[in-house]
Amino acid sequence: MNLSALFAPRSVAVIGVSAGNDRHPANVIFTKNLLRYPVRTYAVNVKGGSLDGEQVFPSVSAIPDSIDLAVIAVRAEYVPAVLAECIAAAVKSAIIISGGFAEAGHDELQDHLVRLAEGAAFPFVGPNCLGVYSPGVVDTFFLPTERMVQPAAGDVAVVSQSGGILVDLLVKFAREGVGISSAISIGNKAYIRELQLLEYLDADPRTGVMVFYVEGFGRNEGRAFVQRAAKCRKPVIVLKAGKTSEGSAAVSSHTASLAGDYQVFASVLAQHGIIEARNELELVSYCEALSCYPHTVIKGRVGIISGSGGHGAMAVDSCVAAGLFVPRFTEAVQQSLRDSLSENIRTIASVVNPVDLTGSAVENDFIAAVDAFCEITDIDSILLLLLPYLPGISSDLGARLSKVYRRHGKPLVAYVPHIEKYRMLIDGFELNRVPVASSIESAVLMTHVLRRCRLC
Amino acid sequence: MLTNEMINMLQAGRKNGWLMEPEAKGLFAAAGLPVPRFAWAGDLKEGLRCAAEIGYPLVAKVVSPDVVHKSEVGGVAVGIADDRQLQAFYEKVSGLAGFAGLLLEEMVSGTELIVGAKIDYQFGLIILLGIGGTSVEIYRDVAMRMAPLTSEDVYSMLHELKGGQLLSGYRGREAISKEKLVRVLVDFAALVQAMVPYIESIDLNPLLCSGKDCVIADARIMLGEVFVKTGGADPSFAGERM
Repeated sequence: MNLSALFAPRSVAVIGVSAGNDRHPANVIFTKNLLRYPVRTYAVNVKGGSLDGEQVFPSVSAIPDSIDLAVIAVRAEYVPAVLAECIAAAVKSAIIISGGFAEAGHDELQDHLVRLAEGAAFPFVGPNCLGVYSPGVVDTFFLPTERMVQPAAGDVAVVSQSGGILVDLLVKFAREGVGISSAISIGNKAYIRELQLLEYLDADPRTGVMVFYVEGFGRNEGRAFVQRAAKCRKPVIVLKAGKTSEGSAAVSSHTASLAGDYQVFASVLAQHGIIEARNELELVSYCEALSCYPHTVIKGRVGIISGSGGHGAMAVDSCVAAGLFVPRFTEAVQQSLRDSLSENIRTIASVVNPVDLTGSAVENDFIAAVDAFCEITDIDSILLLLLPYLPGISSDLGARLSKVYRRHGKPLVAYVPHIEKYRMLIDGFELNRVPVASSIESAVLMTHVLRRCRLC
Repeated sequence: MLTNEMINMLQAGRKNGWLMEPEAKGLFAAAGLPVPRFAWAGDLKEGLRCAAEIGYPLVAKVVSPDVVHKSEVGGVAVGIADDRQLQAFYEKVSGLAGFAGLLLEEMVSGTELIVGAKIDYQFGLIILLGIGGTSVEIYRDVAMRMAPLTSEDVYSMLHELKGGQLLSGYRGREAISKEKLVRVLVDFAALVQAMVPYIESIDLNPLLCSGKDCVIADARIMLGEVFVKTGGADPSFAGERM
């Protein structure tokens, strides 16, 4: 089944627009795609007529264009007939926004949709979902454009059982500078599920990192998913929420009691090399780091550079808690580090690891230290804690340090407080694909995930 | 991989919903997994005869479909030294609910591990390995993997256990034979894979491991709901889906 019509449609029919209610989800979807996306967009309502001067077609088959994607937002009881019509009209895919199916106890109505789709190998997403957002391509989220926060185009794909969580994640991604290839809310996942999306995204050249927000899998569905994910070369990140209700076993054995749903879930992910993000901070940090370094795998020996002893000490604590190593540098390494520093800090800087260049350091000291770290074989990644208010550094430091990284290829993760004033410094890193964290904790998580370890 | 004999053993457990210890051990013995020499005696006379064959000292346990946790009702005696002690134990437990005889077996020693299997709704067969003993549910020091299991998986499970040091000869204790443990776990996982349509969960608690051997000292098999009700394999776990 080809899902490209879902993610990169050239033509969209929005079925169920309202003549009288401009806030109707179908109207929002129609208007935003018509005005803001390169996709050819058509409105459909059985009554016909016009909407904001655009013709409203009485049915999808009345549109004089071949339709890649139908967005269905009619009342639940009409959805099967509309879906059947889309199939008959050779539409290539559909997103069913409407609710009122299994989530409301109407399993039979939902099964009807699945039977229709199976008979025609017709891919549909939903029901009860937001559908797809692909930056610069299409957006079926029924959220008003002016209030949606949209991350930049990038290479992280997000698949979510919850539309609300998905939109919230996009807000966080935008704030942290994580770009996305596509975001998809699968709602009740009646037909298209995580497994098919995993297969599609693994082959999608625009996607480099795959994220799944999962509330639960169906019977044995998790098994098929992890086995397929284990074969992906791209990183797969899963954020798990909630528990399955069907999974409860009578707790008459120790094993049943010890192997609770979540414990099993976490163990099985790790066994298959899938990265589990336990919370939003981990998720956003992992996405940013893996988006920048999708193929890098480090052993977890970290070199730390800061302009403040306190920052270095806090970073060491976080590293150790995460199972990372901060090896003490040899005398020879310390001496050559010291020799590379400017004269006014050469005697006061601490060069053991973490390296504290002190508040008197100037721009070239940071560059010299990162340059030297790239040559140190005892470490395989660099954690740089940058305090933008030090008098000796400029807003160009991010870009200049990124050039050092580009020359050597040893992964660099930076911490810079995320406020507008320091934007230029942050951009200097991010434009050069060096991840910048907004907290020390997040910077350590970014380093930790580069180990990509199955079980560590 | 399941013989007719083993399927009959599982069928026999349906009336109780689970396989009691001698039934479970019988099944594991038939599959070639290591269990102690044991006998299931219906009454005292048979018990004394079996004890003479196994030899004192031995372990005696109550067998009853109504007793899932034997030690909680005083249903286990370790180190029974002679006929007199065996008779005293018999008199103590023969009045327990559902009394169905005595399990008599040779004494085995070693470090206590727990091994388990569970059919997980989302992931199918899960194998568990942990530090065993009566406080297993307090420390919860366990590692889990989705089956099938390779020997590398078992080594990584051992590595994952916080108490893994206890198995490597901590403070003069005998190190366990990891090779034997790996063998038992891989064989157990392969056997249980074939039992998936019939079971809900299995406990081997404890599995006793020494420098020479790993032996299943206690076992119970909880049967699956569909199998108990219908006597047929649960069709939703058709082979190719596992």
